[in-house]
Formats: sequence, C-alpha cells, structure tokens
Amino acid sequence: MAVLSITNLHKRFGDLEVLNGIDLEVNEGEVIAIIGPSGSGKSTLLRCATLLESMDRGTMSYAGIKVVEEDAQGNSVYLPQNKLRQVKALFGLVFQNFNLFPHYNVLKNIIDAPICVQKRNKDEVIKEARALLAKMGLEDKEDAYPFQLSGGQQQRVSIARALINNPKILFFDEPTSALDPELTGEILKVIRNLAAENMTMVIVTHEIEFARNVADRIIFMAEGVIVEQGLPDQVICNPTLARTKAFLTNLAER
Amino acid sequence: MTFSTLMQLASGLRTSIYIFVLTLLFAFPLGLLVALIRMSRNCLLRNAMRLYISVMRGTPLMLQLLIVYFGPYYLFGLSLKNYPAFLAVIIAFVLNYAAYFAEIYRGGIASIPVGQYEAATVLGYTKGQTFFKIILPQVIKRILPPITNEVITLVKDTSLAQVIAVLEMFTIAKQIANQQASMMPLIAAGVFYYVFNFVVAFTMERIEQKLNYYQ
Ligand SMILES: Nc1ncnc2c1ncn2[C@@H]1O[C@H](COP(=O)(O)OP(=O)(O)OP(=O)(O)O)[C@@H](O)[C@H]1O
Ligand SMILES: [Mg+2]
Repeated sequence: MAVLSITNLHKRFGDLEVLNGIDLEVNEGEVIAIIGPSGSGKSTLLRCATLLESMDRGTMSYAGIKVVEEDAQGNSVYLPQNKLRQVKALFGLVFQNFNLFPHYNVLKNIIDAPICVQKRNKDEVIKEARALLAKMGLEDKEDAYPFQLSGGQQQRVSIARALINNPKILFFDEPTSALDPELTGEILKVIRNLAAENMTMVIVTHEIEFARNVADRIIFMAEGVIVEQGLPDQVICNPTLARTKAFLTNLAER
Repeated sequence: MTFSTLMQLASGLRTSIYIFVLTLLFAFPLGLLVALIRMSRNCLLRNAMRLYISVMRGTPLMLQLLIVYFGPYYLFGLSLKNYPAFLAVIIAFVLNYAAYFAEIYRGGIASIPVGQYEAATVLGYTKGQTFFKIILPQVIKRILPPITNEVITLVKDTSLAQVIAVLEMFTIAKQIANQQASMMPLIAAGVFYYVFNFVVAFTMERIEQKLNYYQ
C-alpha cells in the first residue's frame, strides 16, 4: 500500500492555477526528489500534502486513510479537524527556514508536540528525543536555545522534531537553501543516512547532484504539472523533454 | 511637614496604586481581546474595534473619565448615588488603556513570522495551543518595551482621577498644600510618584531580563 497517494490535485490562488492535476504515489521506503523552476508549484504541492494549504480538487490518502475525498462536483472534502490532527502524526515536514520555536530549548522543541498534542508518555518521548539528538550529533545541545545554534544544527534539530512521532513519510522543502554552502553537507548527510534506513521521503531541492544520488525517483515539475519523472539517471542524464533539458542546463550553468 | 500630612498622602498613594493595579489587571486581557477582534476576519467587528481604538486614543483621558462618570446621569437620567467615582475611574482607565495595549499587541502579533504558525500547524497544535504556547510568549517578549512606556504613563495618569473627585494622592496633596499654604505636600507627592515609577520601571526591567534567555 502506498504511504501517500494523491490524485488529480488542483490548487489555485485567486485566478492563478498553481497546481493543475497532480498525481503522486509514494511507496514505502521510496525517496523522491522534486525539481523544477521557481514558481512551478513544488512548495505548494508539499503544503497541500502536509495540510498547510487546502486543495480545491482531488483526493489524498495516507497509508490507506482517506484524508481528502471528492464530492459529486469533484470538490475536495477533508476529514474533520480532530481526525486531521491524528493524520498529522503520520508525516513530518522540514522547512527551508527551520522554524524552530525560539523560546523553547532544543529538547522542548522536539518533545512538546508529542506530549501536548499526541498525549504520549513524557519519559518515553524524552528518551526517544535524546536518541534522535544523538543520531543528529547533537547530544550535548539539548539545553541550548535555537539562537545559540548554527543554521546546520538548527536544521538537524528541526529534522529530529519532524521524526519524533515516527512518521511514515518525511517532506523536505529546500532543506539546505537557507544554509551557508559549507553547512549544506551536514544536512545532506543526515538525509542520506535516513534514506539508508529506508525512511520514505519527498524532497524538494535544487541540489541536482544530491537528488541524483539519494533519490529513487525524480519528478520534474513545471507550471503546476509533473512534466517528467523517472529514475534519476534517466531524468537527469537523458531527459526526454526539451524543457527538462533546458532547466538542467540552466542550473548547471549557475 | 507633619507626620499626619505624610499619612494622608500615603492613603492617597494607596488609592493611586489600586487604580494602577486594577487598570493593568483588566486592561492587559481586554487589550488582547480587542487586538484579536481587531485582527479577526469579521469586517463589522474589526471596524468596530478600529473605531473604538481611534476614539480612545484620539480624545483626552480626562474627558473619558468625565463621560464615564457623568454620562449615565446626563444621558439616561440615572442617579449617581450607587455609582462610586472609583468604579468610574477603573472603567475609564481600563477602556482607555486596553485600546493602547491592543495596538501594541497587534503590532507584536503581526511581527511573528508566519513560519511559526506553519510549524505549529504541521505538528498538530490546535489554534488555541498555537496562540498561547507558541505565539503569545514571543509576542510578550517583543512588546515589553512599548508596554513599559504605557505602564509608566499610567502611574502619572492616575492623578487624573481627581477630576471626578477621587481622593488619589495628587488631589490630597493639593488640598493640604492649600490649607497649609505650602509647597511641601506637592513636593512630597512628587517624590512618591517618582519612587512609585522607579519601582515600576525596575520591575519591568527585571521582567525583560528574565525573558532574555532567548532571542
Ligand atoms: N499564498 C499564496 N497566495 C498567492 N499566490 C501564491 C501563494 N503561495 C504561492 N503562490 C504562487 O504560486 C506559485 C507557485 O509557488 P510555489 O511556492 O509552490 O513555487 P515553487 O515551485 O516552490 O518555487 P520556488 O522554487 O521559488 O520555491 C507562484 O507563482 C507563487 O507566487
Ligand atoms: Mg518553494
């Protein structure tokens, strides 16, 4: 069964049709990289998948749970709020700007939601959080506040925060774009390690080389549709479409 | 300057402190409520709050005091017998300060990056949890400096209660100064105000320091 299944997703902001019929199926353990020009709707797709944005048309289900269905007119209908809150434990989202809570220390950033929202056992959550911090190489930082950390460290905390509920799938929206070049490596390494542990991930990125190495499948988006997808070598080295080729050449020249 | 003069001033100071404390106690939450309604999606409520804030900030507090106290009599012919002037002072001060606080809250809330809401939403926090656990603590830290200004102004504004004959410290100082034909009671009152403000400013500074553990 697919971890995430989206069909016929349409999303518009006013008159602007941002997503124009997206079908996306993510299988367990799969790593998908989404690439494409600015404004093509990559972030909007992730925001719809993570319930930050509501879709106008289309369906979505997580691990068989029908989160969004279409009514007779084809409009999207969501599960009630309390059910959606349970669905939110099934995925994690890592933002470009980390979005840690500045008034909470590292540990509290990670454990507060599972304790207050998912009502999990506090000691257990703390234990898991410490294990995650160790995995991120931050075992000595649990008392630090976000402003005391480097961008790379903050991003690792935010990845730990996204992992604490053992989500079935993790989304990344340009996780290294806000970082100094010398700090991107440490984040890419964390993501590679997660891939090696068979974590299911969908990553929006401009790091083509990284996408090629880590992804099982690459999706190229333009103007709100998926124009090309397939194995990394196929999409990146032998793109069938002229616009994919143009995009990749453009990126390589920068 | 006799001991009894000082005692009279001290009792006036007590009234000033009551006005100060009660005003803050009610104006802080009311101001937050006004700010939230002012930012709500309901156009009617939003504009009602906008009007309320602009009237409160655009007219003198002294006039507002007079209207709150004498309004019921002049407008509706109600007797002032069971309507203590002190209550009128508290109502007028709370309404006035809530308006100022509301604008400060509003600026603070608007300054919180949208990413904070998004992170909280993705983690499953309810709207209430997001606001009270994530947003409001950060807002309070940011608005503390302008709030401190208002609070210090409030200490001095308590002397306006004299216009409806509430015996706060300044009223009493003036009376005694008249009786004794001496400046001393007024100077003593000034010292009391200064010490009062000093304590307030010191306290606010301590709170600011307390919140300095993060940026
Ligand atoms: N909240 C919004 N209101 C109006 N328009 C929006 C909103 N969010 C995004 N858009 C528009 O939707 C389009 C797609 O935006 P999106 O952020 O999904 O692109 P993207 O592929 O992530 O681009 P980038 O690579 O620059 O991050 C853009 O034209 C953008 O201006
Ligand atoms: Mg984007």
